[in-house]
Amino acid sequence: MIISLSAFDLTLAAVAVLLLAIVSWRMQLSVTAQLMIAAVRTTVQLLLIGLVLKALFAHVQITWVVMIAMVMLSVAGWEILSRQHRKLKGWWGFGVSTGSLFISSFAVTLLALLVIVQADPWYHPQYAIPLLGMLLGNTMTGIALGMDRLVVNAWQQRAVIEQRLMLGQSGVQAIAEIRRESMRAGMIPIINSMAAAGIVSLPGMMTGQILAGAPPVEAVKYQILIMFLITAGTGFGVITVLWLISHRLFDERHRLRFDQVLKQHQ
Amino acid sequence: MPDFLKINRLVFRHCGPVDLVLDAHQCMGISGTSGSGKSLLLRAIADLDQHDGQVLLEGQSANDVDAPQWRQQVALLPAESQWWFDTIGEHFDDVDSALLEAFGFDEDVMSWSVSRMSSGEKQRLALLRLLNNHPRVLLLDEPTANLDQHNSGVFEGIIQNYLQQQSACAIWVSHDPEQLARVAQVRYTMQDGQLEREPR
Repeated sequence: MIISLSAFDLTLAAVAVLLLAIVSWRMQLSVTAQLMIAAVRTTVQLLLIGLVLKALFAHVQITWVVMIAMVMLSVAGWEILSRQHRKLKGWWGFGVSTGSLFISSFAVTLLALLVIVQADPWYHPQYAIPLLGMLLGNTMTGIALGMDRLVVNAWQQRAVIEQRLMLGQSGVQAIAEIRRESMRAGMIPIINSMAAAGIVSLPGMMTGQILAGAPPVEAVKYQILIMFLITAGTGFGVITVLWLISHRLFDERHRLRFDQVLKQHQ
Repeated sequence: MPDFLKINRLVFRHCGPVDLVLDAHQCMGISGTSGSGKSLLLRAIADLDQHDGQVLLEGQSANDVDAPQWRQQVALLPAESQWWFDTIGEHFDDVDSALLEAFGFDEDVMSWSVSRMSSGEKQRLALLRLLNNHPRVLLLDEPTANLDQHNSGVFEGIIQNYLQQQSACAIWVSHDPEQLARVAQVRYTMQDGQLEREPR
């Protein structure tokens, strides 16, 4: 059913990228080096994960699945931190972002595997790894955007927050508008892709399944399932991280305490 | 009968210890060079910064009251007010229309946009917003620094009225010795984090 790609097929596609590199080098557009590095990275990384998945599928064992999941989680947590304009102090920043990521994407993935997909065994890597990957990837983006918006805006508007505290508002009240805005920032990518799905863009997973020969309606059903799971995962992840950070920004006497939460700007 | 406002061995940042007692209806003036800790003192009394020592309002310690509730009673007014919604009215839950009138506004002001207000109007409205909480202690941090002479006069009048009519006291920080002579019954200077009473 699946038309297997030969090395020649891939080489043809690679030549297209190479041509682009040559043209941009001749036009002095200075993306050539980045382009080549990224192309090599994607080849190596994907080949590696292909081998890992192949080995994983041959030995279906929960310990291996859990180990791969942990590696994926910590890389995603590190990615979130590296996208923050103002860094949080110490291990707490990594803990709060990775913790929120873990709670929401693992909960949603478990729900999908145990209740909805019901593969045999339920942790079969053919389902567990791609599902978790899609959830982690999207939740990671949502958390990174929401967290960044919250911390940066709270820092810029600290005079407003303190003014509201002076008028007798609680910390939660004083930061309510900023929190609402941050939630929106974290959710916009997934809301956009739900709204555009099928009209502006054919989502990648569905396209993949159709290319692999699955009946379109089956592919669509999977895509809808994934979209909903991603939305729930992202939403709860963003809510968790916003809740944790906005409580951390105030002490028990509702004082704003940036000095204890933020790293000094270099 | 406990003291109206009692400040007991208050230590904050590099400042203190500060001891003070104020009666109801009383206004205390503080002057001093910038950086001497005047603003920090007011922030510590409002419990916006960490501090040691005690602040008591009619015998009740700040630590025994929820912080937001404490700040409604012990209200800090900075030199420059902050507004976070588009219109004035969104910053008020309900408005005492008598108070509004006493401030020289009519009800229309609630629909005005913040960006249209002059600094004098903004500061008067900020005071109105503060007094709407019916505070018992006013902490005024150079409240008329951005106002012209006329608006400063109006502002002083409103505060003096409030202190006469309500069971409340004020601590007024100002660079202007003449202003403090007008509004304050007791005057202190602050230097290097220490309060010193000025001779009468």
